[in-house]
Parts: sequence; C-alpha cells; structure tokens
Amino acid sequence: MDLGEINPVLLVASLMVAATPLLLAAIGELVVEKAGVLNLGVEGMMIVGAISGFAISVETGSPWLGFVAAAIGGAVLSLLFVLLTQVALANQVASGLALTLFGLGFSALLGQSYVGIKPPSMGEIHIPVLSDIPVIGPILFQHDPILYVGITLTAAVWAALKYTRAGLILRAVGENHDAAHALGYKVIKIRIMAIMFGGACAGLGGAYISLIRVPQWTEGMTAGVGWIALALVVFASWKPWRVLLGAYLFGGITVLQLNLQAAGVAIPVEYLAMSPYIITILVLVILSADKSSAPASLGRTFHASH
Amino acid sequence: MIVLEKRPQPSKAWSYATPLVAVIATMVFGGILFAILGKNPIEAIGTIFWEPLFGEFAFYYRPQLLVKGAPLVLIAIGLSLGFRAGIWNIGAEGQYIMGAIFGAGAGLAFYPLEAWFIFPIMVLAGAFGGWLWATIPAFLKVRFGTNEILVSLMLVYVAEQFLASVSLGLLKNPEGFGFPGSRNLQSYESAHNAELIAGSGMHWGVVAAFIAVIFAYVLLNRHMLGFHIRLTGEAPRAAKFAGVNPARLILFCLGLSGALAGLAGMFEVSGPSGVVSIDFNVGYGFTAIIVAFLGRLHPVGILLAGGIMALTYIGGEIAQSQLGLPAAAIQVFQGMLLFFLLAFDLLTNYRIRAARSEVA
Repeated sequence: MDLGEINPVLLVASLMVAATPLLLAAIGELVVEKAGVLNLGVEGMMIVGAISGFAISVETGSPWLGFVAAAIGGAVLSLLFVLLTQVALANQVASGLALTLFGLGFSALLGQSYVGIKPPSMGEIHIPVLSDIPVIGPILFQHDPILYVGITLTAAVWAALKYTRAGLILRAVGENHDAAHALGYKVIKIRIMAIMFGGACAGLGGAYISLIRVPQWTEGMTAGVGWIALALVVFASWKPWRVLLGAYLFGGITVLQLNLQAAGVAIPVEYLAMSPYIITILVLVILSADKSSAPASLGRTFHASH
Repeated sequence: MIVLEKRPQPSKAWSYATPLVAVIATMVFGGILFAILGKNPIEAIGTIFWEPLFGEFAFYYRPQLLVKGAPLVLIAIGLSLGFRAGIWNIGAEGQYIMGAIFGAGAGLAFYPLEAWFIFPIMVLAGAFGGWLWATIPAFLKVRFGTNEILVSLMLVYVAEQFLASVSLGLLKNPEGFGFPGSRNLQSYESAHNAELIAGSGMHWGVVAAFIAVIFAYVLLNRHMLGFHIRLTGEAPRAAKFAGVNPARLILFCLGLSGALAGLAGMFEVSGPSGVVSIDFNVGYGFTAIIVAFLGRLHPVGILLAGGIMALTYIGGEIAQSQLGLPAAAIQVFQGMLLFFLLAFDLLTNYRIRAARSEVA
C-alpha cells in the first residue's frame, strides 16, 4: 500500500470529472421535481443517452454531435414517461420503473455493435495563462467543455427558478397544481416541458460517462448513477447549488475509493466499491428528517376535471 | 375533442382486460421491433409463445417454465403486498442475492455432513437473509422517514459487491482450482434442492411459490392485516381513522417481500443454479416488478403473469439460438409489457368520451 502515490491535484481534478454525470442528471431531475413530477426513470434515460451519444459520435466522428444526440435521446425516452404519467395518468413510481427497465434493455440492444470501440475524444479546453497556473490550473481550467456546461447549467437553473417568471410558474405548478390550474397556467404543458428538460440532462450525463469518463460502451455502464442522482436531489433539498456540492461530494467518494483500490489498501476491492452506495444511504438517513422543502405536489397526478 | 372522465368506480371488466390487451399490444410492437432487426416477426413471436408449450421439444421446455416461473412468482407475491399499500420495495434483486448467500452459506457450513435437517436450516437462513436485507430500508423508513425506494435499490449494488466478495473469498470452493464460485450444491445431497419428481421441473421453490400464492390470497381476503394493506393503498385517510399502524405495515410488507425474495434466491442457488458465483443473479428481482403489475397485484393474477413472463424467458432463449434474436431484444420486449400495461390502465380508471360543446 502506498498512499503517497495519490496525487491530491489529480484527485481533485478527477473528482470534478466523476461528479459531472451526477450533476447533469440531478440538475435535470431537480427541475422535474420542482414541477411536481417524480421521474424515477433517470437511470434509463441516462443509459439511453450514453448509447445514443456514443453511437452518433462514433458514426460522425464528432463528440459534439454525440452530446446533442444524447440530449435528444434522453428527451425522446422521457416522452414515454410523459405519455404514461401526463396523458394516461399512470402512477409515477411504476412508470419511472418501467422507463428504467425499458431503457436498460433498449440501450443494450442499440449498443451491440459498439462494444469494444473507442469513441472520438473531445479534448480539453486550454485557456492561455489560466490553465498554466500550478495546482489551480489543472484543477479548474484543464477540463473538457461539457464539465463547464454542467456548472453553467446549474447556475442557469438556479437563476431561472429564482428570478424569472417562468421559474415562478414552474414552482407554482409543483407546489399546488390545482391553484396553478385555476390561475390559468397549463399544468400539463409545463410539466411535459420540465420532464423533457430532465430527460435531455440525464441523456447528457449518460453520454458524459460513455464518451469522456470511461470512455467506452458496456451494457448497464451507468451502474446506478441515475439512482444516486435521485438521492442527490433529496440530499440537496431541491436547491441547485447544493446539488453541485453534493455531486462533488459523491464524485470525491467515487474517485477516492478508486484511488484506494489502485493504491492497494488492505480493504478488499468489493467493500471499497460498495462505499458510494452505502454513503448515499447514510446521507439519505441524515437528511430525510427534513421534508419541508419538497415540492408539495410531488408525485401527485393532475387531472383537470373541468 | 376527446376528454377523460374519471369513473366513480374502477371498471371491473377493464381491470381484467388490460393485461390481455397489454400482452397483445406487446406482441404487435415486439413484432415490429423484431422486423426492424431483420427477423420474421410472425416466426419470432411464434417461437417465443408457441415453441416452449407445444413445439417439438416442449417436453424439455415445459418443466423449465416451472423453474423460471417459481422465483418470479415468489418474489412478485411479496412485492405486490407492499405495492398495494404504497410501499415500494424495488430492491428484491438484492434480497434475492442475500437469500442465496445466506442459504448456501448455512448449507456449506455443514459440508460434508449428510443429515435431514440441513435443507430446512438452509431454507430458514435464506428467508432470514432476504428479510434482513429488506428490513434495513423498512427500519430506516420507520425510524428516520428515509425513502425506501432509493435505499432498497442502493442495497442491490451493495449486495452485488458482497456476492462478488464471497464467491472470491468466504464461500469459494477450496477444491475449485482457484476458480471463483462456491462448491456445487447439486453434488452435496443434503443441501440439494432436487426435483421432487424427476424431469418435472417441480422443486421445493415451485411448491413454495404455490403456497405463497394461497397464503397471499387468504391474507388479502380473509385477514385483518390484508384488509389494512388494501385500505392503506386505496384510502390512506380512512386507514388512519381505522387505526392502521403504518410502521407495523411497512415492517411487515418489506420484511415479508424480502423473506420471499430470499427464499427464491436460496431455492435457485441450491437447485437449478447450484453455485454461488459472481454472475449468479440474472435480474429476477427486477422482472418480478413487471410480473406483479401484470398480475394486477392479485395473487392469482401474479401466478398467471409469472407463467407468461417465464414463457418469454424460455421462448426468448429459443429465439436466440434458432433465429439469432439478441438477448437484449427480449429485455426490451419485457419492458414494453409493463409500459403498455400502465398505459392501458387508463381505461380502468377513466372513461374516454367525446366532449360536449360547452358554453364558456
């Protein structure tokens, strides 16, 4: 065992990479839940995003087009959830599970001919001066562009929810859909848009795993990241900046346990690998006492009877 | 304009018809999917649904229906009780794994002793393992209000890692030439969950599945606890007034479904599978969710749904070897089934009508 081999600068830099898929998926789900919809299909939308992004960037040679395709793929899959919960008024928990089960199978089917291929690389942004600063440079200014998209998206969601009229309407729909309906807002339409936004974000997160973080395609490669993202939204008590904080915390745990595995710590590999999941449970336990910040209409079906 | 009008009472007729309609819709859309994959859709659907039952080699496949169906029914019965009360255990896969590890572990602890009491001890240990794993989310929900969906699911990943750990370490076959995986329980007579009638596919797990169906039916229709479960799901406010204890209900529903999933895992590892290995679990815990819904959360319905789902597993394997249909296509097929079921359920609770022209 040699803990000295762990380079703290690299650790923090790779922490941010590990956190980005979580951040993207969780910020999307936050918007969905703020609109009063609980979509448990994040894992399914992520894995479909992962394969559609992977396939398109391999076929076209452009990772950018891949990410666009991933966002579209995630959003299209979320339309199935829309169809079930907003049109057919089905139970949201069951529909989310259906989405995940379907997405896992569907992605495996799409991905058959892509196993073992290397995707085109996106490369890192190099900003003159800033990227060359010792310590801070590699940590903050030497990443792929999508990582910055994730952070920007967090800021945008925060600002939109807090300062814009659209954000206020979205929150109103999530807090009390009957009142919002009575005020003349199109509850279903707003929710559909929120769900599709969540799907697109989850798709981006999935593609980040298959195109940048790993980069490779394997069946079921999201390995529960979508579910951790759901836990993260609860952890963050529906606040965007706390989602960012939480994502970095979980990213840190993931990277740290991988580093410990590589350094050959006396703890068996399997126990290190289960640690992110156990820590998710612990965090949920600590934070679940306070439910006051959850949107009041979360998970309830809306049907305008008149 | 078409509008939905909520029915005062869910339609009985539609509630029976939706699973059938969903199966037919899945066949149609599955056929389209198979056609896109370049297979003859009629032949593929025929292979999946006809071949295992009435084909040339049906004598071989029919017993397999029991082998595949038993764990699905056993797990789905447990899940359905919770789902009815709005308690969502979606980590049955993890409880299934833990049941197998505990059951096999208890049996292997006695190796090479041959005695009649070993198998019953394994059954108890398997049920205990599953119960233990499901009681974690139940306890956390009761004590801290933690979301049981997320906790039970996280524990699946923990259980998978634990499975990898024991098949490489604690339960590894000392005479296995260093290969991962435990001793084969099929060749350890006292621990072997053998077929009760040779060639029938009928093993103790199948018996347990039938008992579970009867038990669940009696519980839901003839017992106060079953009434409380139904009441909590259908009218939570009324349940509160009737003095239903939610904590007790959560511990019971999650604990029982965990124990049943654990039993399923234990019967699988000591019978058809034989070995605790890294890739022991094949997703029965997740497929059972589809079975529970397809069976309308009703014990008899689940029995039928388990049969249909087992059919798609076996038919899917045949289609895989004969037509080269990818394994993932069957997974999509099963996912579609749940999707259509939830969609058509609209007709159970709502009436579709043409809107009358209204004066604004």
